[in-house]
Amino acid sequence: MVTFLAILFAGALFAGFIGSLTGLGGGVVIVPLLTIGFGIDIRYAIGTSLISVIATSSGAASAYVKEGILNIRIGMFLEIATTLGAIAGAAIALFAPTHAIAVVFGFVLLYSAISSFLKRKEDRDEENLPEKKTTRIIEILKAKGTYPTANGLKKYTLEHLGGGFSVMGLAGMLSGLLGIGSGALKVIAMDSIMKIPFKVSTSTSNFMIGVTAAASAGVYLNRGYIDPVLSMPVMVGVLIGSLVGAKFLIKSQTKSIRLVFAIVITLLALEMIYNGLAKNI
Amino acid sequence: MTRNDQPWNDARMRDLMGTLLRVGVLASAILVVLGGILFFIQHPHDIFDYSIFKGEPARFRQVHLIVKEALNFRGRDIIQLGLLVLIATPVARVIFSLIGFLIEKDWVYVAITAIVLCILSLSMFSNYL
Repeated sequence: MVTFLAILFAGALFAGFIGSLTGLGGGVVIVPLLTIGFGIDIRYAIGTSLISVIATSSGAASAYVKEGILNIRIGMFLEIATTLGAIAGAAIALFAPTHAIAVVFGFVLLYSAISSFLKRKEDRDEENLPEKKTTRIIEILKAKGTYPTANGLKKYTLEHLGGGFSVMGLAGMLSGLLGIGSGALKVIAMDSIMKIPFKVSTSTSNFMIGVTAAASAGVYLNRGYIDPVLSMPVMVGVLIGSLVGAKFLIKSQTKSIRLVFAIVITLLALEMIYNGLAKNI
Repeated sequence: MTRNDQPWNDARMRDLMGTLLRVGVLASAILVVLGGILFFIQHPHDIFDYSIFKGEPARFRQVHLIVKEALNFRGRDIIQLGLLVLIATPVARVIFSLIGFLIEKDWVYVAITAIVLCILSLSMFSNYL
């Protein structure tokens, strides 16, 4: 058992490292690692993964929350959607067949691996956004803000609140169903749909991941999906791995390393889909 | 002027929030590692099989039992308390925001935060329903 947990710890270290280097988060690598690598039931894997998602996102959020880029109010408003979605996703996971969950997981993983590598989106920060007409609902929700750029504070106003709110609900649902942070989808909802500046979107998204994951983790905890012995090496491993990954990210921005990991994640995704379809999971 | 002299504002709220999150994750990690060490001492030869899902016993599932069992200083119960602290950390952040919005008298966001808190409580205590 000690050997098993030691190998699991090493795997979690690596998962946390890849997760923070690719920006996908530790969760998307933990579930395939536990199911395909260790033959662990996907329900234990999802519960364990959620724990590591909360640990890494809260740890990371504590560092950049002080920078003042994220928008606490907008985050809180959208957390209504993500937490409701997360509980719904966790509830679906309680009844859905595990091989179906594995297939959905594979496709989400495939999509995020490809999009994380292809679209390295440039910042629109320096662009001068035209003054937009504000509606009553935007006034009530204070759905606007400022953020620091090289040219001083820039203002922004949100658009398409309804659409963004719905996509956030979907992001929450995937998070609850699959035990991942689904940060990529949260950023799409904020950046592409609600037109929140990219930097504000990424940091606010990261900030929301912990609360979203806590909503589904509560359901999983109550249903007995979260095992202490399994979670121990994974949580500590992912936490340390992602801290090292964040340091490493600052030092080297080598594209080749990112490509290698994108390929590794793509292979994991295909493996998940195959095993799901073959009903091995 | 030190930080503590500043009036209550969003920047102050963010500072305290960062500290809260860090303390939560650190406390949880310490409990999990301590529990892990205890578990290895108490059960050096135990073997668990996770290939078939059986579900955890009540003492690892229900919030009040997790807190109660941790007082017996058994390794796995301490780990589970650590995991509960971890899940509670983002919830504490939401409670903290609620207090912040109350101080700012931002009633719209007091209401929004209260809704989020209700949803989170529903999840945490779904077993008792």
